[in-house]
Amino acid sequence: MPDTRKITVTVNGQRHEAEVESRLLLADFLRHTLDLTGTHVGCEHGVCGACTVMVDGHSARSCLMFAVQANGKSITTIEGLAQADGKLSILQEAFQNNHGLQCGFCTPGMLITLSEHLRDNPDPTEAELREVLTGNLCRCTGYQAIVAAGLDAAAKLRASKAEHA
Amino acid sequence: MGMKFFGASVLRKEDPALLTGKGRYVDDVKLPGMLHAAFVRSTYAHARIKSIDTSAALALPGVVAVLTHDDLPEPMRSRRLPLYVPHPAIKQTFMPWVLAKDETCFAGEAIAIVIAQSRYLAEDGAALVEVDYDVLPASIDPREAIVDGAPLAQQGAVNNIVTQVPVKIGDTDKAFAQAAHVFREQFALHRGGPFFLECRGVVADWDAGTEQLTVHASSQGSHRFKRTFIDLLDLADNQVRVITNDVGGGFGPKGSFYVEYGALAAATMVVGKPVKWIEDRRENFVATQQERDQYWDMEVAVDENAKLLGLRGRLVHDGGAYVTWGLVLPWIAATSVIGPYVLPNYQLELIVAMTNKITCSPVRGAGRPQGCFVMERMMDRIAQELGLDRAEVRRRNFIQPDQFPYKVGLIFRDGRPVTYDSGDYPKSQQMALDHMDWENFRAKQEAALKQGRYIGIGLSNAVEGTGLGPYEGATIRISTSGKIVVFTGATPQGQSHKTTLAQIAADHLGVSYEDVSVVTADTATIPFGMGTFASRTAVNAGSSVHLAAIEVREKIKKIASELLEVSPDDLELKDGAVEVRGVPGMRKTFRELAYNAVGLYGFSMKADRDPGLEATSYFKPEQSTYANSCHVAEVEVDIETGHVKVTRVLVNHDCGNVINPMIVEGQIVGGVAHGVGNALFEKLLFDESGQPLTTSFADYLLPMATDVPHVETLHTETPSPLNPIGVKGAGEGGTIAVIAAIISAVEDALRPFNVRIAQMPVSPETIVQLVLDAKGRQ
Ligand code: FES
Ligand code: FES
Repeated sequence: MPDTRKITVTVNGQRHEAEVESRLLLADFLRHTLDLTGTHVGCEHGVCGACTVMVDGHSARSCLMFAVQANGKSITTIEGLAQADGKLSILQEAFQNNHGLQCGFCTPGMLITLSEHLRDNPDPTEAELREVLTGNLCRCTGYQAIVAAGLDAAAKLRASKAEHA
Repeated sequence: MGMKFFGASVLRKEDPALLTGKGRYVDDVKLPGMLHAAFVRSTYAHARIKSIDTSAALALPGVVAVLTHDDLPEPMRSRRLPLYVPHPAIKQTFMPWVLAKDETCFAGEAIAIVIAQSRYLAEDGAALVEVDYDVLPASIDPREAIVDGAPLAQQGAVNNIVTQVPVKIGDTDKAFAQAAHVFREQFALHRGGPFFLECRGVVADWDAGTEQLTVHASSQGSHRFKRTFIDLLDLADNQVRVITNDVGGGFGPKGSFYVEYGALAAATMVVGKPVKWIEDRRENFVATQQERDQYWDMEVAVDENAKLLGLRGRLVHDGGAYVTWGLVLPWIAATSVIGPYVLPNYQLELIVAMTNKITCSPVRGAGRPQGCFVMERMMDRIAQELGLDRAEVRRRNFIQPDQFPYKVGLIFRDGRPVTYDSGDYPKSQQMALDHMDWENFRAKQEAALKQGRYIGIGLSNAVEGTGLGPYEGATIRISTSGKIVVFTGATPQGQSHKTTLAQIAADHLGVSYEDVSVVTADTATIPFGMGTFASRTAVNAGSSVHLAAIEVREKIKKIASELLEVSPDDLELKDGAVEVRGVPGMRKTFRELAYNAVGLYGFSMKADRDPGLEATSYFKPEQSTYANSCHVAEVEVDIETGHVKVTRVLVNHDCGNVINPMIVEGQIVGGVAHGVGNALFEKLLFDESGQPLTTSFADYLLPMATDVPHVETLHTETPSPLNPIGVKGAGEGGTIAVIAAIISAVEDALRPFNVRIAQMPVSPETIVQLVLDAKGRQ
């Protein structure tokens, strides 16, 4: 008999209860149990970063976590990044404006990694962003446009913060 | 018609969905009742299969079926995969069975497919299938494989030589006899694999009632897949539909039809349910085709002024176990050697070896990086030997702008003579040198050396045959809602076709590119297609969209002129309608016109009208169009650790007219990153028995954000005369010449040690060894 557990997870603000096999990866739970297919799986061994999601405010690789480990936690995926009215977030918009994605497969991980970094480091340098992105592989863009998007978003986020201060 | 969108850096139509997690990649497809598959793969590079025991797997709860070769439906069971690029010079055409029949020829070859309720269970089942093998001797190194008496890579082969063909221009021996200088170099060139972020995958769904097979695939060409399913199963055109939605990168190897896809079709037919297979990364390392190795043993002859007289030698290409790509890859390499230079005499013995490794496929650049590397390293060698500046040697050998069209004297992979259509190579190089302040680098280098830092600069030029035939097509249809859709067989994997093709159509139809939807790679929407590879889509699909849009525009004007009783010449298209120039109220919307064009039920149609507001065009280029680039790279080498930091890369690229500069820039910068990997670290390793040693991203390194410099770009625009929109391909130009430029820069940084580098990639160990050897010599 497969070993299953009951878990409660909040994803993008919505509570989900599910009975899952204990070996089910968090990535598969999000993608195939909850049908949130925006999170991607590129290697299943923790290197590519495509599967990165936010778990209780910290980025984590959903291919290296079991769904049961997310019990009681709050998760944000790419589907939860847009503004409340459905408009693209500042970072998402910066990705479009700077051509920060081509095939789009690395994009969910890039967005989560950068969201976390910009939240904690509002004024990053190019070198710093490149360092932060070493945990996320992209085969298409050569990273340049992703870094540009990160810098662009950081500037806009600072400006919008100043405006609201 | 003014060009409003063609040439503009408009934002991508693809992005909003991809940025919010609404992309539709193959693993996002979920069909009712869908089952999941996993493969049992050969653990040996070469073996005879004695028996397969599937009983334990079948006994596992959740496993629905296990298929081996004998379980495949006919006629698939008695057919190997078809070869679509035959060539008379190919003497032995081994192609794989959908599931290995009685022999496996590389470690990773599919032997059985397990179908289960979940992917987890399918993998559990696969682990329980027992294969009893007779291990056979294997040929791994292509140079050894072609020697008499080497173990045969395939039972029944005569030897391991797939083909041995001469490539020839002029009288090389005579040229060498008269040469002032002759230099020899042996090159070991490796190009790794594609390593797109999204592994391969297929969902196959056979409807036994309608006898139709629907396949969702991560591919570079859905029509090619459809054709193979038809050929493997003897199906009629209406029985197969292949759909490719979003694709997470392709870079060449996703263009191949793989045995797994055939097995998925078999699986859904046998179990009567849709079946999904998603390759995992480990499988990707052993079962997705790779470009790997070429060994060139070459001599170059020059006169006393460093002008090329001739080039000769031998190229041994590692073709892997099957000949899927025929001669394509080494042939491109052999013809790309010439680059932008006048080479009067050339002789190459090209040998494709069969080895017990996964089949070789073109990867972004497709042999051109190797050809370019050979010529550019020779240029550097000549400069070094004759005490000349590296740029000067190239300058003396360039094809001049007044020499176009320039006939190289060879036949290209498109079957046509290599005829360069346009370009300005001396200017391209000069622009690049000026930008990088080439002349003053020596002073910087000496200053750095005084501080114990080893910096270097290198350059490289390439000419790239792009826009290969035979054709790509586009249908443009305006439906009775007035909405405009472009259908094409081109199959993007990140190249932004949905934006660029819309830009082309929009200008002719007087609408915004946002009003044009582009549907790619659904075989139900357009009968023929070739797919996206070989930097061919802007040329082929782009030209087709251009031609079809003009036809639709004329149709719109014709119908409107009849309805409005004015001359078509007085009409202009604007904002989704056509109106009489200068009379704003006199107009017909696309909606009204489309409605009219469909015809009235039961009424006769005018004889000079075809139904519907639509047109189809298949652009068939008469030959490839030749793009070019000049790359300059700067590096800093740590001679203690062998670490190379690429500090600057400049690309001066000419891809003719540019549809969307932002997108072209993205292609070039991304291409450079790929080349950085090829130059410095991407290497697939095998042990002597053929076991792959690099099977994860921990063993095989892809370039990270810190490995790639900020790439600078310049653009020259020499419009192609060979297609109506004047474009050349842009997908591979970033990659091709950068590898040679980086290696040239590394060699330059190590000038104090006088080392020569004739390999790619060059690893830190190699650099440390080269320096140690040099120190030993000194
Ligand atoms: S899929 Fe998780 S890191 Fe690659
Ligand atoms: S956009 Fe394709 S992998 Fe990053």
